[in-house]
Amino acid sequence: MTLATAAAHMTAAHTAAAHLAAAPTTGAPEPHGFLSPTGVEIAFLLVGLVTFGAAVVTVTTRQLVHAALWLVVALGGLAVEYLLLTAEFIAWVQVLIYVGAVVVLILFGLMLTRAPIGRSPDADSGNRWAALTVAVAAAAALVWVVADAFRTTWIDLDGPASGSTAVTGASLFQNWVLPFEALSVLLLAALVGAIVLSRRAQPDRSLTPTVSDAPRPAPSGAGPADTAGTGEKADNGPDQADSAERSEGANKANKASKDDKADKGDDR
Amino acid sequence: MHLAYPAVLSALLFCTGLYGVLARRNAILVLMSVELMLNAVNLNLVAFDVWLSRAAEETLHSGQALTLFTIAIAAAEIGIGLAIVLAVHRNRGTSDIDKLRDTAEGHGPDDSGDSEGPGDPAAPHGPGTDTPATGTAAEKAEATA
Repeated sequence: MTLATAAAHMTAAHTAAAHLAAAPTTGAPEPHGFLSPTGVEIAFLLVGLVTFGAAVVTVTTRQLVHAALWLVVALGGLAVEYLLLTAEFIAWVQVLIYVGAVVVLILFGLMLTRAPIGRSPDADSGNRWAALTVAVAAAAALVWVVADAFRTTWIDLDGPASGSTAVTGASLFQNWVLPFEALSVLLLAALVGAIVLSRRAQPDRSLTPTVSDAPRPAPSGAGPADTAGTGEKADNGPDQADSAERSEGANKANKASKDDKADKGDDR
Repeated sequence: MHLAYPAVLSALLFCTGLYGVLARRNAILVLMSVELMLNAVNLNLVAFDVWLSRAAEETLHSGQALTLFTIAIAAAEIGIGLAIVLAVHRNRGTSDIDKLRDTAEGHGPDDSGDSEGPGDPAAPHGPGTDTPATGTAAEKAEATA
C-alpha cells in the first residue's frame, strides 16, 4: 500500500516536473538554490526514496522471493531516475535487461536451488552487525565526501536530451565500436561458459556409448533401454581387449555417472 | 538538478549493496546485492555524463557508453554466477556460502554436505595423491557398484 501511494506521488511529481520543465525554457537562467528545489529535483528525491527503501528491504528481508521482487522495485526506480536525468536509452535498456532478464534469472536460480518459499531464519549470517557497521561507516564517509565535493554543482537539464537514442547510438557507434564488438565476444563467451557450467557431467555419459557402440551392430532388445549404469557395464565388457586407456576412460565415466546418480539420490 | 542528489543516492545504494554482500548467507542474495552495487555505479556514470556533456562540452558520452557496457557485463555476470551457484548446489546440496569452506585453512573437513566423511578407514585411498573429494567419489562409486 505504501508502495502504491509512493508511486502515485511519483507520477504526480513527475507530471508536475514536466510542466515546470516545459514552462521556463526562455529567459535568463535563474540562480540555483538549495531551498527552492525544482520539480525535477523533488521527483528525483521521491523516486530515490522509493528506490533506496526497496534496496534496503531487498538486503534485509528474510523471504528470498520477496527480496527478488523488491529488487524489481529498486531497479525500476533506477530506470525512472535515468529518465529524469534525460538518459532515456539507458532507462529502457535498464528496464529490458535488469527488470526483464536479470530478475527472471534470479527467480529461476532461487527456484532451482530449492529456496524456501516462506521466511527462512538463516538468510543473514552471523556477522550482520559487523557488516552493518562497515556499511554505515562507508555510507557516512561517501555521502559526506560527495555532498561536500559537489555542493555547488548543478546539472543543466534544459535543452535537448543528452541521452536520447540518437545521441547515444551516434556516440556508441562512432567512438565506442571496438569495445562494443569486444563486448559481444564477451557475451558469447559468457553464454558458452554458462552452458558448460550448468550441464551435469553430460559429456562422459554421452561419449561412452558412441565409443563402444561404434564397431559392432546394435544388439537387439537389450542394453540402451535400461538405466545408463547397467547399459554401460554391459557395453564395457567386450571392449576391454581394445586398449587399456579406453577401458580406463570408460571406467572413469562409469564411476562418474554413478557418482552423479548417487548425488541425485542424496538430493532427493 | 543539483548533482548531489544522484551522487548521494548512488552512494547510499552502493552501501546498501555492500551490507547485503557482507551480511547475506545465501549465494543468490549475495548476487542480488552485487547487482545493487553495479546499479549504483551506473547511476553515478549517467549523472556525471549528463553533467559533463553540458558543463564541459563533452561529446564522447563515455559515461553512457560505459553504463551500457556495465549493464551487459552485469547480465553476463549474473548468468555465470547463477550457473556456478547451481553447480555448487548440485554438488553440495546447499548454496549457503558460510558452509562452503573446503579451501579455508585451519578448519576440519566440512560436516555439512557429505554424510560419509573422507576419513573412512575402509576406503583404499591412493598414496597421498587424491584429494578427499575424489576419495568420496570413489567410495560412492564403489558403494553403488
